[in-house]
Amino acid sequence: MGIISRAFQGRPRDHDEKLPPGQYLVHDFPVLSAGPTPRVPLDRWEFAIDTPEGEVHRWSWEEFQALPQETPTVDLHCVTKWSKFGTEWKGVSLDVLMEDVESAAEYALAYSHGGYTTNLPLEDLLDGKAWIVYEFDGEELAPAHGGPARLLVPHLYLWKSAKWVKGIRLLNEDWPGFWETAGYHNYGDPWREQRYQGD
Amino acid sequence: MIKRLTWRVATVTEIRQETPTARTLVFDVPGWPGHLPGQHVDVKLTADDGYSAQRSYSVANGDDGERVELTVQRVGDGEVSPYLTEVLEVGDQIELRGPVGGWFVWRPHSSPPVLLIGGGSGIVPLMAMIRSRGKSDTPFRLLYSLRDPGQLFYAGELEKVMAGVEVAYLYTRTAPPDAGRAPGRIRAADLIAYGWPPETAPDVFVCGPTGFVEAAADLLTGLGHDPAKIKTERFGPTGG
Amino acid sequence: MEHLDYQDGNALAGPLSEIFTFDVTVAQGTCAGCGRRGALAELRVYGPEPGLVARCPGCEEVVLTFVRGPKDAWLDLRGSVSLRIPITE
Repeated sequence: MGIISRAFQGRPRDHDEKLPPGQYLVHDFPVLSAGPTPRVPLDRWEFAIDTPEGEVHRWSWEEFQALPQETPTVDLHCVTKWSKFGTEWKGVSLDVLMEDVESAAEYALAYSHGGYTTNLPLEDLLDGKAWIVYEFDGEELAPAHGGPARLLVPHLYLWKSAKWVKGIRLLNEDWPGFWETAGYHNYGDPWREQRYQGD
Repeated sequence: MIKRLTWRVATVTEIRQETPTARTLVFDVPGWPGHLPGQHVDVKLTADDGYSAQRSYSVANGDDGERVELTVQRVGDGEVSPYLTEVLEVGDQIELRGPVGGWFVWRPHSSPPVLLIGGGSGIVPLMAMIRSRGKSDTPFRLLYSLRDPGQLFYAGELEKVMAGVEVAYLYTRTAPPDAGRAPGRIRAADLIAYGWPPETAPDVFVCGPTGFVEAAADLLTGLGHDPAKIKTERFGPTGG
Repeated sequence: MEHLDYQDGNALAGPLSEIFTFDVTVAQGTCAGCGRRGALAELRVYGPEPGLVARCPGCEEVVLTFVRGPKDAWLDLRGSVSLRIPITE
């Protein structure tokens, strides 16, 4: 620890049982970026799921909008230590999208416009734990927050909720994504504070 | 073993208010190795429970022994710049690491004319270059873009006529009555009127918010300046 | 203005000074994506959180990432063919 700067507090440190260890609460919605913000016109938007067995499932924007919708309200936890409670989204559950997908794969890699990728076990996308969302707080999802559509996996750190998501590739072997190969934890459970490799 | 950069204790010896939201902090940094104009330092603040925050700032003064000056603009409701601009007092201590960055620097022995283009607090590293010019016969021109006269840093010093340094103020919103230029963002006409022509092959340094630097660099290359002679320092999204 | 959210490679100088004993930002790098050559100081740097991501100003591919944890740092030069480093006496 360095020398102490007199009267320096920094941001407030919160204590709330809904807050995972090391996190603090924000009321705005910070934007972190690892590259330029992609602009994806809706008439060219497509979402795809493919399997190691060679199946590919695709949805256009129109087809996607026709799927059953859900409106999850969830808490978000970013690995940079901010958390935001009670965020309201609208989108399609991965359970709906995976309904007709037949595969023995156990891993998933989400990939995005702009080249971003993130990996997670397939089971973390199922059973009401993940969505592809296109509305936030009653408004269409802004490009800065991943619009037109992003993955939402709120039980893991937010870098797993890939912005500008383009598809999910199912895999027989785990394939670490952008931050997972750059030092961040492969799984990223905020309650076990799995921030970096080795945590 | 070669030593990597380490944190040094810096003690505030003097504070000068530049504008209502910006001030210059003068530090005494024992063991400071010296710096080149344009280099920056990392500042670290530590709270009594061990929490710490770090930001990067350009050095404002020329190389001067163990004396380091930073000019800090308060940014939004961040956690570092409000502390540095409102709480820190003479005698207080923080930690500094540096100097860092060997690219965006002017080396006083280089001979071509120098064109400095600063937007807002982007003036800071350019001021370090002006202050380092000393008796060098390299001619300098500074284009200083600022919102209104109330945002001017280093007012007294810039207003004094410095032989070999020409200063043009580009007000973007409100100009004083005698400005002779309608308020507005930097434009090609400004570079033609107050800059150096490309044929003189000036060393160009542009510093400011990302959008400002982008615009100025595009105008410069559009006028025929060699992109290899244009060095830029963008603030990006400063975390305050 | 949303696209203009990056800094210059100069911003790498402080963080990388923890790793290298020389100033890496003046090294000339070659982008693995498009072959462009230039000083690391000329890269476009996004971040600093969750990590620094330096992209080629020519093709926007990632040249380098740097993540600093409390105990370790990770430097990934995934998009760099080579670094030419000036050696001074």
